[in-house]
Amino acid sequence: MKYYRAHVLICSGSNCMIKGCRNIRHTLEQELVHHGLQWEVKVVDTGCLGLCEQGPSLIVYPEGVMYGRLATGDIREIVTEHLLKGRLVHRLMQQPTSPTGEVAPLSLTPFFQKQKRIVLKNCGLIDPERLEDYVQTGGYTALATVLDTMTPERVITELKESGLRGRGGAGFSTGKKWELTRAARGEPKYLICNADEGEPGTFKDRLILEGDPHLIIEGMAIGGYATGATQGLVYIRGEYELSIRRMERAIRQARENGLLGKNILGSTYSFDIEVCAGAGAYVCGEETALIESIEGNRGEPRFKPPYPAEKGLWGKPTSVNNVETLANVPAIMEKGAPWYRSLGTPNSPGTKVFTLTGNVVNSGLIEVPMGITLREVIYEIGGGIPNGRQFKMAQTGGTSGGCLAAVHLDIPMDYDSLQSHGSSLGSGALLVMDDSHCIVDLTRCFLKFFVHESCGQCTPCREGTPALYELVDKISRGEASEVALALINRLSRTLQNSSLCALGQTAPVPVLSALRHFWPEIEAHFGGRCPANKCVMGKAVGKSAN
Amino acid sequence: MLTNVTINGKTIAVPAGSTILAACQQADIKVPTLCHHPDQQVKAACRVCMVEVEGHRILQPACSYPVHPGMVIHTATPAVREARRTILELMLASHPADCLQCPRNLKCELQQLASEMNVRETPFPKALRELREDQSTVSIKRTPAKCVNCRRCVHACLTTQGIGLLYTAARGRSTVVQTAADAPLSETPCVLCGQCLQACPVGAITEVDDTDKVWDALADLTKHVVVQVAPAIRVALGEEFGGESGSIVTGKLVAALRLLGFDRVFDTDFTADLTILEEGHELLERVTHGGTLPMITSCSPGWVKFAEHNYPNQLAHLSSCKSPQQMFGTLAKTYYAEKSGLLPSSVFVVSIMPCTAKKYEAARPEMASSGYRDVDVVLTTRELARMLKQAGIDWASITADEFDAPLGISTGAGVIFGATGGVMEAALRTVYEVVSGQELGVVDFMEVRGMTGVKEAAVQMGDLVVRVGVAHGLANARQLMEQVASGSSPYHFIEIMCCPGGCIGGGGQPIPTTHAVREKRIRSIYNADQAMVLRKSHQNPAVAELYEEFLKRPLGHKSHSLLHTEYVPREAR
Repeated sequence: MKYYRAHVLICSGSNCMIKGCRNIRHTLEQELVHHGLQWEVKVVDTGCLGLCEQGPSLIVYPEGVMYGRLATGDIREIVTEHLLKGRLVHRLMQQPTSPTGEVAPLSLTPFFQKQKRIVLKNCGLIDPERLEDYVQTGGYTALATVLDTMTPERVITELKESGLRGRGGAGFSTGKKWELTRAARGEPKYLICNADEGEPGTFKDRLILEGDPHLIIEGMAIGGYATGATQGLVYIRGEYELSIRRMERAIRQARENGLLGKNILGSTYSFDIEVCAGAGAYVCGEETALIESIEGNRGEPRFKPPYPAEKGLWGKPTSVNNVETLANVPAIMEKGAPWYRSLGTPNSPGTKVFTLTGNVVNSGLIEVPMGITLREVIYEIGGGIPNGRQFKMAQTGGTSGGCLAAVHLDIPMDYDSLQSHGSSLGSGALLVMDDSHCIVDLTRCFLKFFVHESCGQCTPCREGTPALYELVDKISRGEASEVALALINRLSRTLQNSSLCALGQTAPVPVLSALRHFWPEIEAHFGGRCPANKCVMGKAVGKSAN
Repeated sequence: MLTNVTINGKTIAVPAGSTILAACQQADIKVPTLCHHPDQQVKAACRVCMVEVEGHRILQPACSYPVHPGMVIHTATPAVREARRTILELMLASHPADCLQCPRNLKCELQQLASEMNVRETPFPKALRELREDQSTVSIKRTPAKCVNCRRCVHACLTTQGIGLLYTAARGRSTVVQTAADAPLSETPCVLCGQCLQACPVGAITEVDDTDKVWDALADLTKHVVVQVAPAIRVALGEEFGGESGSIVTGKLVAALRLLGFDRVFDTDFTADLTILEEGHELLERVTHGGTLPMITSCSPGWVKFAEHNYPNQLAHLSSCKSPQQMFGTLAKTYYAEKSGLLPSSVFVVSIMPCTAKKYEAARPEMASSGYRDVDVVLTTRELARMLKQAGIDWASITADEFDAPLGISTGAGVIFGATGGVMEAALRTVYEVVSGQELGVVDFMEVRGMTGVKEAAVQMGDLVVRVGVAHGLANARQLMEQVASGSSPYHFIEIMCCPGGCIGGGGQPIPTTHAVREKRIRSIYNADQAMVLRKSHQNPAVAELYEEFLKRPLGHKSHSLLHTEYVPREAR
């Protein structure tokens, strides 16, 4: 094994790629050669560390110094100063130094201090394209332990005891889902990893797949063992080109090393995984629409029951699990249900990965224990609201989540308490908005998304989402009276009660939560006034919903 | 196994695994539906049938949700009424409100639902879709702007007929059922069977209305207007006047046509008998002289077009016989004109058919062996009913009448052409006697009757065992055709009817035509056959006279030029 004097970890997640990390790496390599350092310093592409706002970024070890917001012009300075002469480049550093010149460890910076990283433990630290890196951090020991010492039933019991709930939005008990799939009659059984992540503002699954693909393979292999599935599929959103590439490479590596395929790790258990690319419809993140899509049909949800556990892909028992859910499994198997339960809240154990976006200083990817407050996330981890503005609202759970106001900053973020406030944990999107925004305008934008993404199968959603959009649009133009409220409420109830799938059932959530938490601002619009001065009164904004 | 459920306070035992809808039907509780069709798979798309199930957070669709023991269901709570009403209002907002101009006015399921739910207007702004009408064929007109996205037509085309050229395109409010790339039907392998329009709850798919052409002909004093009536009409037309499904109305039908002003009222059953003689001899010819076997019937124009598109290399298997409708048209303008001293150009032939594809068949360019277009206008059963109503004919009070001679004389064999297996049975009755030289005692071939999709029989005739197969509905036809194409078909003779149940279930028949209705019409067809004195085609005296005076012999020179045809290979997509 070769030893290096220093390691430079370059974040190569999608967000940093967009910001030019490829060029950064290229320049860095040139500079290292120029100074003859290429044998002393190793450059590693890693997954996302989460500080997307600071990208493109790199970390120099052994000091653990993070440099951010880099331009290619900064690289020479980092090489000549830091790597050659051992002097920190303070102007590019993202963490404070003590008066004595010591660098505070990244884990003690506000962004990381309140995080608890289980799912993201390797993201930003290992090279996701190397199986060795994953194994060195203890990867695949959970799978080995499971195959060696646990029956499938024991795996399910452990998972049920851990209280792990689906991280895709619905929050169904993962252990229960696996138990139902195991109990269902029909062969073969399938385990599908749902990586269609279509929720606007959500990119956690993408960065997990990009940053630690073997973690998902390990979680799926354990899931296959527990459910009795022999074939796994990863349905990845088509736009996630890098996720698809890294996942496919990881699957190849796992196969070559006896971690997938026949007789995994010498056991009698066989399981393999294939990658399926999605084709771009939001609704295909719904598990039955996803199954239809894999079968080559139009991406439309099926009516339920029967549930996929009973009749899923090709009519066979199928468990569909979100990326983040599966990423939790190896740690639970390794450390046990009591350990997992020691994190989070009684009804929502464990951690939750959030994508922090909008008007917040540190937008990016974070993992926190369930039950943390909105205030801690926004003001401590997120660094507060930029540009001297005030917090206005936060939407949790994605476009179908509710809008929470300043009075909700101290509620715990978990499945139940968010639901009781008319919102949801959902897919982990956390959109922060400052006081320059108008709630009516925002709601209108959210609804426009549903109008566009309704699959058109069931009447309430197909006809009801544009009708709801038009009603809210009228309010935003100052053309509606309070009479419209009765209709908005009736239509919303119909969408929630009668739509075929969760898309239609949750489409009115932003509207209803806005009515509940931001009534005075909406009422002002009936009088022809937009307090945030965002809505253009009396003018047809976006007349057609399509 | 039975499961106890409580619906609106009434506890009943229903078969385990029933849907809530089936349970409600068993309890005589009406739940409104729209996308639901009794013969199709569940879609659960329209959401009109929502009901409340105790313990459930949201409403559930009765059509798809299975009952479980002790389930408590409410079908008319305020929440249910509100949901249904709102859904209907949303539908009406995107549906043209031109009921008066719509062919389905008063026979529209959406209109009926709105009336039952007491919905008279919609609070939602009108959001009509600007979609092009498709008037590219002579049979079927599509008006996608009226489509309610129930997908019953999609199912009819794909599952019943195995064609699948209609499917859902676009999404959200733009969602609509259309052909690939929205091609006009004329440029697709559509066989114009009309099963899609039978399934359509509204006026989005309708037949092309040709009644004006018939009114014009009837008013034209220079025209001698004759009408032929297909076998399946007599067991269906009564439904248009409130009669029981399948009631036999042959006599009233003849009388009503005479009242409309037709110069002669004839029966397609006559040429059905003639078809049996020609086709029976063709079969014998093929069997004894090593011709292409199996031979397959060719009287169903939807089936013929299907074969041309999908099995262009197997067309030699099709009997060269024209359909009874086309044989009639040719003979009306040759034999009948000659016999009656009429100019062929003055004879105007109208057909009353259970079929939309017959409109297309009559318009095929080769269907002019008389020197003129053999059949001038084809009306469906529904169009005839409209004419009778327009003429103010009081259906209830008219007295039965008889068909005119000679083209109105027929046997029971001609009548059963209207049901699946009927052509086969009629052929067997004749071929048996020709081959064996013996009289057939029991004329009923039960194996080929009924709604089973594919049926078969083996009949001993002298030294020969004749193996026959029968399919109805094109998805079933495909099964037999795949055998034919692979050379593994065990049959000598195959009957294929395009529509489920045969012609009695055709796309031109009264709406609704469900399997339950089809069964009743089939029963009546066999009752009508039973009531006839003559039940074998070769016993038809008028047909015998036709051969003696005009055609001379089956498969003869004249037959060949007037009664037989050729087929055209067409593109599959």
